[in-house]
Amino acid sequence: MEYTDKVCEYFRNPKNMGRIENPDGVSTVGNPICGDVMKIYIKVRDDRIEDIKFETFGCGAAIATSSVVTELAKGKTLQEAEKISNREVVDFLGGLPPVKKHCSLLAEDGLKAAIKNYREKKGAK
Amino acid sequence: MVYMDYNATTPCDKRVVESMLPYFSENFANASSVYQPARAARKAVEEAREKVASLAGCLPEEIFFTSGGTESDNWAIVGAALKLEARGKHIITSRVEHHAVINTCKALARKGYRITYLPVDSHGVVDLSKLEASIKKDTVLVSVMYANNEIGTIQPVGKIAELARSRGVLFHTDAVQAFGKLPLRLDKNGPDMASFSAHKLYGPKGVGALYIRKGVSIPPFIKGGGQEKGRRSGTTNVAGIVGFGRAAEIVAAEMDADIERVGNLRDILEKRIMETIPEIVVNGHPENRLHNTLNVCIRYIEGESILMSLDFEGICASSGSACTSGSLEPSHVLLAIGLPHEVAHGSLRLSLGRYNTMEDVEKVSSVLPGIVDRLRQISPFWNEKKTG
Repeated sequence: MEYTDKVCEYFRNPKNMGRIENPDGVSTVGNPICGDVMKIYIKVRDDRIEDIKFETFGCGAAIATSSVVTELAKGKTLQEAEKISNREVVDFLGGLPPVKKHCSLLAEDGLKAAIKNYREKKGAK
Repeated sequence: MVYMDYNATTPCDKRVVESMLPYFSENFANASSVYQPARAARKAVEEAREKVASLAGCLPEEIFFTSGGTESDNWAIVGAALKLEARGKHIITSRVEHHAVINTCKALARKGYRITYLPVDSHGVVDLSKLEASIKKDTVLVSVMYANNEIGTIQPVGKIAELARSRGVLFHTDAVQAFGKLPLRLDKNGPDMASFSAHKLYGPKGVGALYIRKGVSIPPFIKGGGQEKGRRSGTTNVAGIVGFGRAAEIVAAEMDADIERVGNLRDILEKRIMETIPEIVVNGHPENRLHNTLNVCIRYIEGESILMSLDFEGICASSGSACTSGSLEPSHVLLAIGLPHEVAHGSLRLSLGRYNTMEDVEKVSSVLPGIVDRLRQISPFWNEKKTG
């Protein structure tokens, strides 16, 4: 299993880890049976992701991709953040081993699901 | 660096390397040739055979050198199947075998063989009553490992041998992890075949052996020039075999002291880890377990991330998590002992050996709690648990 230095760096020093109390949107993606679960919390102001945090149970790649997706999304409008793809996450990390591609998909899905959750909550109000 | 992955492989003992050196450039003769240097090489191979046999508690003529444990497992299983094809096509093995056994059995299943995978209890011990009930008229072979590579559980090999013998079924055991760690006595009451590997006992990689009990005969797996009395062809790996012999000789002389010293280090490590890390379970049999092996599941975190963190601290260990195998399934051994997937994903195997010291134990036991703590801080399950 070959990880890039960037993956190791983000695994060692992930940004935006933790929880947000009373988040505007939250998502849980993945499955503990498969060994990867990602939880993403967002705080939204004026349609912009003001704050974003993650909690992840998973391998080195899962933790690194979680960190990267939160960094890419922070400060972006919801429309911009929704366009963040797993490809972008992988490129940011300088590549991922093929068996770890699903971790980057999980990151993309997690972000999208958090935004969806925000919109649903807002719509319900 | 702290190396605690001796069940994966061991460093080649310098005394072993030294014994091998003359057989690369000085005496490079093909051991099958007629001239003097070849006779010297043959003599060295036969001496090595005696040393390996002595450690295994068997006769030298019962040892056949191979390229390693995997080849030995393949040969024993396929050989027995081919030999007894006319009698039946049923093989019994266990759910906790090494892939060298499991995948060989799977290959035979695709050729029409029926394979029974015996369940194990929560300690990883095979169910003897299930074994007895599984032996049918068409059963030709039982293959159950001596000691498990992941959790260290030692199987009741003597009882399995007795049972198999009473029913007229061949018994093979993958003794790759046991050989060099446990005193073996392979005699008429034991298994019919046993697989060994040199690199698990401070010998070189690429050499192993299959013990085939006198009176048992299986067809060759590797066909060719008829080396190893026609049973395993291929130019004799003189240097490798000499190294294997020397490694076995050293182990035989040092085993008792090693078991005590390394076993003590393992016990201290286990005690410290269990005392400092909450929500952790030890896998394997509490008593009948390899003295060097410590396998734990650390709940709410994942094994590969533990390994990476240990690696940053210069500590080499392994895990049965899915991420280390390149699939989504965690270790089949941990699932077979009844652990749920999410717990099995958090496994960590620390296997100790000859060159570990008390300082190594101190380093690992001081570093691990911090690693676990950090990963749990990131884990949604841990945080959920804490807040209820």
